[in-house]
Amino acid sequence: MSKIRPSKGAPYARILGVGGYRPTRVVPNEVILETIDSSDEWIRSRSGIETRHWANDEETVAAMSIEASGKAIADAGISVEQIGGVIVSTVSHFKQTPAVATEIADKLGTDKAAAFDISAGCAGFGYGLTLAKGMIVEGSAEYVLVIGVERLSDLTDLEDRATAFLFGDGAGAVVVGPAQEPGIGPTVWGSEGDKSETIKQTVPWTDYRDGEVAKFPAITQEGQAVFRWAVFEMAKVAKEALEAAGLSPDDLDVFIPHQANERIIDSMVKTLKLPEHVTVARDVRTTGNTSAASIPLAMERLLATGEAKSGDTALVIGFGAGLVYAATVVTLP
Amino acid sequence: MAATQEEIVAGLADIVNEIAGIPVEDVQLDKSFTDDLDVDSLSMVEVVVAAEERFDVKIPDEDVKNLKTVGDATDYILKHQG
Repeated sequence: MSKIRPSKGAPYARILGVGGYRPTRVVPNEVILETIDSSDEWIRSRSGIETRHWANDEETVAAMSIEASGKAIADAGISVEQIGGVIVSTVSHFKQTPAVATEIADKLGTDKAAAFDISAGCAGFGYGLTLAKGMIVEGSAEYVLVIGVERLSDLTDLEDRATAFLFGDGAGAVVVGPAQEPGIGPTVWGSEGDKSETIKQTVPWTDYRDGEVAKFPAITQEGQAVFRWAVFEMAKVAKEALEAAGLSPDDLDVFIPHQANERIIDSMVKTLKLPEHVTVARDVRTTGNTSAASIPLAMERLLATGEAKSGDTALVIGFGAGLVYAATVVTLP
Repeated sequence: MAATQEEIVAGLADIVNEIAGIPVEDVQLDKSFTDDLDVDSLSMVEVVVAAEERFDVKIPDEDVKNLKTVGDATDYILKHQG
């Protein structure tokens, strides 16, 4: 048997830069109220959402990703040729072959970086981050771009009063690279496929193609079941991630949960008994729920506004359709 | 020991007060959570989870929608408590 030479990676990995792109069109609740019987007060009280961004025809999944990635690469202070991997998490890119990651890797100017898409709903950022860390520590890439990008406005039923106001579009990206100290903790992740009906696309694309349904597929959810799972089950996962990193709530500076709904965020903070000094991301108010993009977008905004700073310790947790979840502790770039 | 109807109503009153800020004396058997007590669908989930812990009972999601009034919830807990 021939001896195979092992690959050699970095001792640890960390996030080195973050960037975001929010579409130019800002959509207030008044626009949502044109198609559903509700009120601005109702939407705000149930979700915290005041405005969201909707992409135009030019703001494609690839275009938004390239904008966000360019900022993340500049923030990391590396050159694009150093990027060895591009991981894109999305559920709203409607041309599935080839993977949009390849177009993004090419247009950014990477040197033939490995590029692929993943589907892990609102947990996509954590899934991508975990893969990137593995690639860097294992040695198959030195720097990896992790992108969460969605055009959920394309998958929104504007006549469904339970979800019409929830979703937004945007892209968030981070550069993950080698580190001498751990900058990304152990990931606590998993799936609960027995709850697949809780959040889902209404029907398969083929049902629409075959004329079995008149409405284009959209994302639908069972609000109360999602709320219970997201708050109480995910609080346990968040605690596990904190313990796995060897930290206590007092060690945290920042909490960046998936920006699903501010009520979920409020209730999670209460359930986790986070100390007062922990900054909590509430980007959902003006960005809506952007699924895989929400955590990097919220991270970028907290750093841009000065609410969080480089070197802060942040607990991040994503959860959504699958059901799937991923939580870890990171050092902010 | 299983809680009595009175104890369950008092417990629910504490929970609703804590979660929605409703005065405990307003929480009566005939009161509707949503219409009378201003407990919306998401707060109702929090009430249910708190009641599960307090009364050692499981209230699955599919049963939550049937708990319209404080009386409905009290009966449910009386019947299912551990």
